[in-house]
Amino acid sequence: MFTRRCAFALAIVAFASSVVLAQGFGKPISEAEIAPWDISIMPDGSGLPPGSGTPDQGAKVFASKCALCHGPEAKGGTNAALVGGAPLTSGIDTPKTIANFWPYATTLFDFTRRAMPWQQPRTLTNDEVYAVTAYILALNKIIGPNDVMNAATLPKVRMPNRDGFIVRFPDKMP
Amino acid sequence: MSGNRPMHRSQDLEAVAGNGLLHRRAFLTGGAAFAAAVTGYTLSDTAAAQQLTEAPWSRGRGVSIQEYGTPSPFEKQVVRTLSNPRGEPRTQHGRTPHHLLNGTFTPNGLHFVISHSGNPDIDPGQHRLVIHGLVRRPLVFTLDALARYPLVSRMTFVECGGNSAPLFSNEPVQADVQAIHGLVSCAEWTGVMLSTLLEETGIDPKATWLIAEGADSLALSRSVPITKALDDAMIALYQNGERLMPGNGYPMRLLLPGWEGNMQVKWLRRLKLVEAPAMSYYEARTYAPILPNGKAYQFYFLQEVKSFITHPSPGLKLNGAGFYEISGIAYSANGRIAKVMVTADGGKSWAEAALQQPVHPKAFTRFRVPWRWDGGPVVLQSRAWDEGGNVQPTRAEVVARRGQTRTPVTNPAAFTSQHYNGPTSWGVEANGEVKHVYA
Repeated sequence: MFTRRCAFALAIVAFASSVVLAQGFGKPISEAEIAPWDISIMPDGSGLPPGSGTPDQGAKVFASKCALCHGPEAKGGTNAALVGGAPLTSGIDTPKTIANFWPYATTLFDFTRRAMPWQQPRTLTNDEVYAVTAYILALNKIIGPNDVMNAATLPKVRMPNRDGFIVRFPDKMP
Repeated sequence: MSGNRPMHRSQDLEAVAGNGLLHRRAFLTGGAAFAAAVTGYTLSDTAAAQQLTEAPWSRGRGVSIQEYGTPSPFEKQVVRTLSNPRGEPRTQHGRTPHHLLNGTFTPNGLHFVISHSGNPDIDPGQHRLVIHGLVRRPLVFTLDALARYPLVSRMTFVECGGNSAPLFSNEPVQADVQAIHGLVSCAEWTGVMLSTLLEETGIDPKATWLIAEGADSLALSRSVPITKALDDAMIALYQNGERLMPGNGYPMRLLLPGWEGNMQVKWLRRLKLVEAPAMSYYEARTYAPILPNGKAYQFYFLQEVKSFITHPSPGLKLNGAGFYEISGIAYSANGRIAKVMVTADGGKSWAEAALQQPVHPKAFTRFRVPWRWDGGPVVLQSRAWDEGGNVQPTRAEVVARRGQTRTPVTNPAAFTSQHYNGPTSWGVEANGEVKHVYA
């Protein structure tokens, strides 16, 4: 581990000193210009946009834009149920759900915003994504029925399986 | 050299392990007569010998060459199997037919593909790669710009973290090697080392991860340690000499030799350097296998040492007792394959396989063992070691650590868990048919 960190530090020093030699073909671009693509949400909430939503608001969005595949009240349709889930001790092939598996609520916002609805991704407004996130978390009784989800509250949601993980190869971690 | 043959011949044709496994050099030293005696595996019964005649294709003008070649019409069965051929709104899988191929490289049209929302139809002239976040200066690259850097070629396998998952079944699976192991392939990839581009952007010392994101409709994203990015990560532009296939990431993908396929983001459009993993859907949920105690592994990353026999395997029938070549594929995220052992008696005795040279690190290695089948039922299995000293675990070891299903897997396309690298056993029956068994 110490050796790895040392090698990494040396690599950074090497970069600093070789910058003049680097004959690059990349073009400078500002973070403002990248912003439309920069949709990554981190577990600490960084990247979360302005906006908010409640479970009630989310129920309406869900019925019109999500229930087609995930079924009424997220009980499952042609695609996975988003409510409930068996204990993970039920077997190694237990279906992984938001309630029984997902360690971070921010993942729900991130994936919904980037990938859903499957046929028309990235068409939901930020308020709609917060609302659907709130609705699904409330259906799973992870938040209360009147809790508002926004950039401040969502990262504070503690998912039931938050501590259910073991890093497989610690020596490969930064 | 030929003078040595008679001396070696008698010892090499002696079985070195049970049920007729011969010395790995028997083909080389056994002479032409022995080589000619080897029987091929058949998809169907072969015709009996008959008097030679001039065939129609030898008597007329041949077919014109094509601008882009396609295999002989007689090879039309050599195709990927598709899990979702009509493109319904869910993931599509195309699996490589390992039992119908040989050597170590996968033809581009048969390389496995998983597309979670279909392959984006990218105009390469419009495509952009952005590197930003914790860098000294964010940069954008066109495909033309990337092609101006020094290019590097390397052979490496890419394997889905869910490949071989049917073998978590508590009972043998009625499936062939394509259904069980079809989500791994191997190619020569050519592109720009990611370290070259990161040298140009500069790295903020606080950066420990990067988030890679694709230009597909779900903008698939995965977090990768910077250490891997600086080690051997590549922005791949070419696959076996031609531009990437659309399903493999055209016009560019992240290549992380030996690591989980899903991390090697296809249609790559963005790399953001950050201080912590994003815990994206595929790392927080999908590729985190559940353990028997209800906990789950996270950040599995590596496709550990694995091997499986492709010839014979289900669908390839043995054509009566006699000499055969057993062959298969071995590979490891931890470097070169060092050794492959093969058993024909369910693990009681083992013969060392010949490894096709050259052996590349983190790439398919073809192994071969000559075999004299006596026509009785046998159980074949291979086991691989890599140069890092890692050994492919026994099935008992996999089950003890990772568990198995409580009911038999009846749909081999279902993913019961991830990251299986235990052995594969093929039972050869007296009629020459091959089935998956546990030994």
